[in-house]
Amino acid sequence: MLKQIEGSVAVAEAVALCRPEVVCAYPISPQTHIVEGLGRIVASGALGSCQFINVESEFAAMSVAIGASAAGARAYTATASQGLLFMAEALFNASGLGLPIVMTVANRAIGAPINIWNDHTDAMSQRDCGWIQLFAETNQEALDLHIQAFRLAEELSLPVMVCMDGFILTHAYERVDMPTQEQVDHYLPPFEPRQVLDPAEPVSIGAMVGPEAFTEVRYLAHAKQMQALDLIPAWAAQFRRAFGRNSGGLLHAYAIDDAETVVVALGSVLGTVKDTVDEMRSRGAKIGVLGITCFRPWPLAAVSAMLSGAKRVVVLEKSLAVGVGGIVSTNVRTTLTGRAVPVYDVIAGLGGRPITKASLERVFVDAMNDELRLTTFLDLDAAVVEKVLHRESETRRSGPLAENVLREMHGIPAR
Amino acid sequence: MAFQPVKYYQTGTFTVGNRLLPPEVRAVQSSERRSNALNSGHRACQGCGEALGARYAIDAAMQATNNRLIAANATGCLEVFSTPYPETSWQLPWIHSLFGNAAAVATGIAAALKAKGKAGVRVVAQGGDGGTTDIGFGCLSGMFERNDDVLYLCYDNEAYMNTGVQRSSATPPAARTATTTAGNVFNEGKNLPAIAMAHGIPYVATATIADLHDLEHKVKRAMQLCGARYIHVLVSCPLGWGHASDASIRIARLAKETGLFPVFEAERGELTSVSHIRHKVPVEEYLRPQRRFAHLFAPKLRSDVIAALQDIADRNIERFGLLDRPG
Amino acid sequence: MMRKPFAITLDRGSSLANHTGTWRTLRPQYVDRLPPCNAGCPAGEDIQGWLARAEAGDYEGAWRLLTEENPLPAVMGRVCYHPCEGACNRGQLDEAVGINSIERFLGDEAIRRGWSFDKPKKSGGKRVLVVGAGPSGLSAAYHLARLGHQVEIREAGPFAGGMMRFGIPKYRLPRDVLDAEVQRILDMGVVLKLNTKVANVLQAKEEGGFHAVFLAVGAHIGKRAYIPAGASARILDAVSVLRSMEGAERPQLGRRVIVYGGGNTALDVARTAKRLGASEAIIVYRRTREKMPAHDSELEEALQEGVMVKWLSTIRQAEGSSITVEKMKLDEKGFPQPTGELETLAADSVVLALGQDVDLGLLDGVPGLEIADGVVKVGPNMMTGHAGIFAGGDMVPSERTVTVGVGHGKKAARHIDAWLNGKTFAKSRVNAPASFDKLNPWYYSDAPKTMRPTLDIVRRQSTFDEVLRGLDEKSALFEARRCLSCGNCFECDNCYGVCPDNAVIKLGPGKGFEFNYDYCKGCGLCAAECPCGAIEMVPESI
Repeated sequence: MLKQIEGSVAVAEAVALCRPEVVCAYPISPQTHIVEGLGRIVASGALGSCQFINVESEFAAMSVAIGASAAGARAYTATASQGLLFMAEALFNASGLGLPIVMTVANRAIGAPINIWNDHTDAMSQRDCGWIQLFAETNQEALDLHIQAFRLAEELSLPVMVCMDGFILTHAYERVDMPTQEQVDHYLPPFEPRQVLDPAEPVSIGAMVGPEAFTEVRYLAHAKQMQALDLIPAWAAQFRRAFGRNSGGLLHAYAIDDAETVVVALGSVLGTVKDTVDEMRSRGAKIGVLGITCFRPWPLAAVSAMLSGAKRVVVLEKSLAVGVGGIVSTNVRTTLTGRAVPVYDVIAGLGGRPITKASLERVFVDAMNDELRLTTFLDLDAAVVEKVLHRESETRRSGPLAENVLREMHGIPAR
Repeated sequence: MAFQPVKYYQTGTFTVGNRLLPPEVRAVQSSERRSNALNSGHRACQGCGEALGARYAIDAAMQATNNRLIAANATGCLEVFSTPYPETSWQLPWIHSLFGNAAAVATGIAAALKAKGKAGVRVVAQGGDGGTTDIGFGCLSGMFERNDDVLYLCYDNEAYMNTGVQRSSATPPAARTATTTAGNVFNEGKNLPAIAMAHGIPYVATATIADLHDLEHKVKRAMQLCGARYIHVLVSCPLGWGHASDASIRIARLAKETGLFPVFEAERGELTSVSHIRHKVPVEEYLRPQRRFAHLFAPKLRSDVIAALQDIADRNIERFGLLDRPG
Repeated sequence: MMRKPFAITLDRGSSLANHTGTWRTLRPQYVDRLPPCNAGCPAGEDIQGWLARAEAGDYEGAWRLLTEENPLPAVMGRVCYHPCEGACNRGQLDEAVGINSIERFLGDEAIRRGWSFDKPKKSGGKRVLVVGAGPSGLSAAYHLARLGHQVEIREAGPFAGGMMRFGIPKYRLPRDVLDAEVQRILDMGVVLKLNTKVANVLQAKEEGGFHAVFLAVGAHIGKRAYIPAGASARILDAVSVLRSMEGAERPQLGRRVIVYGGGNTALDVARTAKRLGASEAIIVYRRTREKMPAHDSELEEALQEGVMVKWLSTIRQAEGSSITVEKMKLDEKGFPQPTGELETLAADSVVLALGQDVDLGLLDGVPGLEIADGVVKVGPNMMTGHAGIFAGGDMVPSERTVTVGVGHGKKAARHIDAWLNGKTFAKSRVNAPASFDKLNPWYYSDAPKTMRPTLDIVRRQSTFDEVLRGLDEKSALFEARRCLSCGNCFECDNCYGVCPDNAVIKLGPGKGFEFNYDYCKGCGLCAAECPCGAIEMVPESI
């Protein structure tokens, strides 16, 4: 059914359709509307005996989900940024124990300095924790991915995080097509756990594994995640047949067949990128777009195939590995090993800085002319940073970085 | 109400069982059909008080719930010595997640059971003092304030033992640990039972491994109730406290009989019963056999510190009425 | 069926593959130790054993176990001086268990319920003559009959019982109780010939076709001391006085009776005199109360009944209505020395209670005997110097009590049985003592001793009713349950409960426990928390 609703609410309704049994709620911008939405649905009685628990921290949220999932309940929670970090230990624990928890991450920057706006630092910081990571491009895809996520998680017995850009998607009112309960029930059968805490068949979950078996356990975790590379396209195909939409899958290619320059990106920015690319293509540029939906496991073969005809790649990412450079670009470069294809890394939108079509076009043109540096910070205020660096080199006690930048930007005299 | 021991049956209810006692008055531990929830083959040290306390508590809980029980365990000695791959000693469904989240995991299990309509299956969470009073404190408090249907069992051996005897907020004053080599400082530490009572939860109790009937009674009482419940069990540690492996029960008994460890029950924040001291002893008798207090006796006798500890014991005796014999 | 992830999730019971028993350097063992009560009983009763049955309410079982060793519990419960209680470890906690009271209860219960001894399992034994139907003779006859021998007791007096009949007054040992227990022994097929004095042992043995003889004639001749006495002075000996109490005529002692001596016999006579109507019964004893051989509890009862004692005094002279006593004082060695101070006491009669001698007449002409200090020497097998002639009780060197006599009878019977079969009786292995330091007293309930009720003083003085009443069943049960069961497992389940490694196997009620050495780490908690010290830790062989 078509609705014009806030992205968070769409996700809440989609999760509710999946019949969760335990929902853990802890507030953090910008996901809070999701758990609030679920809270209203549970309170209405529509979800029967579903337990909605107001936990005391994100660490508790994931821990409660772990307990619930291990006891055979379909468990869900949502978080962002600092909250994701606070539950980091539990994330590794959930994937290590193989518990099919689904979590929404409303992508947000990580402090210090504190920043509540969108970028992908949070999800990227946990890319190695063993969870499957899916990135939604639109609100429709966000709600669809949750339905697919439960199916995928329970089939593989692995936790899945569905990432959607904080504020940009969560707080945007867009038209979405909400499935019916019958459709979802048909696609997503009741949870049949692979292992469960049950007095009828007692087991001990969470043993200590030493050097003699740890490697094998980790290998198996890796192998299991790699199975997702087959399962995700299959479930997406089934979703298309059942719901009539092309949501999910490993990646979405756009105008890529004849593209010499391919722009790789994740999340909502793909909309702006495609608009920019449309305009450039209308002027004859051979440029295309590859949207990555499944970031973990990294779909190496699929990406490699999609980039087989490219002469150059521009990775536009909202993430930065301090001391190294881009994160997504590193994965892309790995994929293109052995091919002499330049990969230009454009780091943009950090901390919610808007990404404009004009800026994108500038940087795409530079890339097509191979005039782009290998790593570029989009719309960086070079003057400010140079002044700060200069002062820091002269004065030992120059104060916190963030404060210095702000002073420069606002023209406040230095101390 | 405090457990009323049977009198004049040779050993009354001081011993685990007795062929003269009617079976229903004997401890759960005396039965050949006890669950042995923590079975043989585990790697606890010789004479481990925690292994004993855990089996005591869980067997009692198993009986009270007709074996319909699930346990969540924090990281620590108990978890490490009971589940080293490929061996587990646990006879009931059991999960170990992290160090600080046993209470939260238990909350999740209880929620799942409720969602699935499995009302008869109950949940316990268990952890050592480190995992409970320090790193697990936040999750514990959250479980308390939500009144989740979980019985939390804290096995208090008064330090982080599994990592090599480091101080926790449960370490008593003057005790020597690897991180308090001159003896733990006075006026620090947390009184978890009091904190639990301050949350107003349905049931809080303390117990020791030296008084089995009392501990079992408290576990059974707890399982009669719903909501957040907390039992704090003093368990001796031969290695960490520095006493002989066969002295574990005797030392725990002395902790109670000196008044240093008051044994009591409370419901909704109000004290409901006290386990009286049978034969009061001075704290010195408790301190001497433990090497973690050896520095109080040599190279010179620290009577000032011992007096300060005696003062703590005396104040406990007064506050809880530990010597007031019931009429 | 779960598809469990590799290594992370483990199946129940997998820890049993880890045999932690390999960690041990000490291993626990169940032991039986010898309880001090058993060790101290002159009759060798398994006191801990029968207390264990009594405390479970199995009184008949307790009585049967008791009478394996001692056939006279109702008597014992009245006259034994209970060295068991003196040794009882419970005395170091609160008070000794009232073993004597419980023994009496069991004995009385057996009489009340008419329990009888089992018929002897064996038969076709030899013929044995027992001379004397006192405690020692009766005990020997009982044990010999149980071993299948044909026993004939020849008793010189008109009743069986020895000192039990003729020495101990009725108010301490009612005669119907004594008769019942004697009869029960006779019901086993023991032949008793009363009024049959054996003048010559060898002759009696030969003529009767006996294969062995047990002599238990006791010491019935009162010792005399030389006291200058006037013609009208009435001087009697205690043994005769007490013996004559059994007859139809009561002895005439007068209103003011002096008893000379400090033993139990002296007390018995003095208390009897009071009951016969004496207004004064005064014991004259040459030393002090601490040195007095009589049992203090009996002295207490005597004093309560109005008996008086003149300590540190000897009798110099006796006249018709008075005696002269001399005050003594103890020297540094504790011996009484005369002071020269004299005093006159009114006296209608003087009863000498200065000890007893054995009538050794029947031993004339028996070669090989060794007689010293008026008693017959015997070897550790209770045999005299003459093969086949055994002896026990007051006629051999011993502490002269009923219980010791009973113990001698049992011991002799076993050795006689062995000797008749050409074997030697070897006592089975004696266990290590169950001393108090081996116990863990914490586990025993606080419970003071019950006290036996006594008769009112006045009634005691005027009648021969039994003074000390026995316990009722509830009290006897309570008392039996105070027993600590020193050194012998009483299935308290402590070891089974305190093992952190679940390495004690409970075999079932009555079957005890077993260690599971596959898992026992040797921590020693079981031994430390065993209330009765029935577990010891021994070095493991590595």
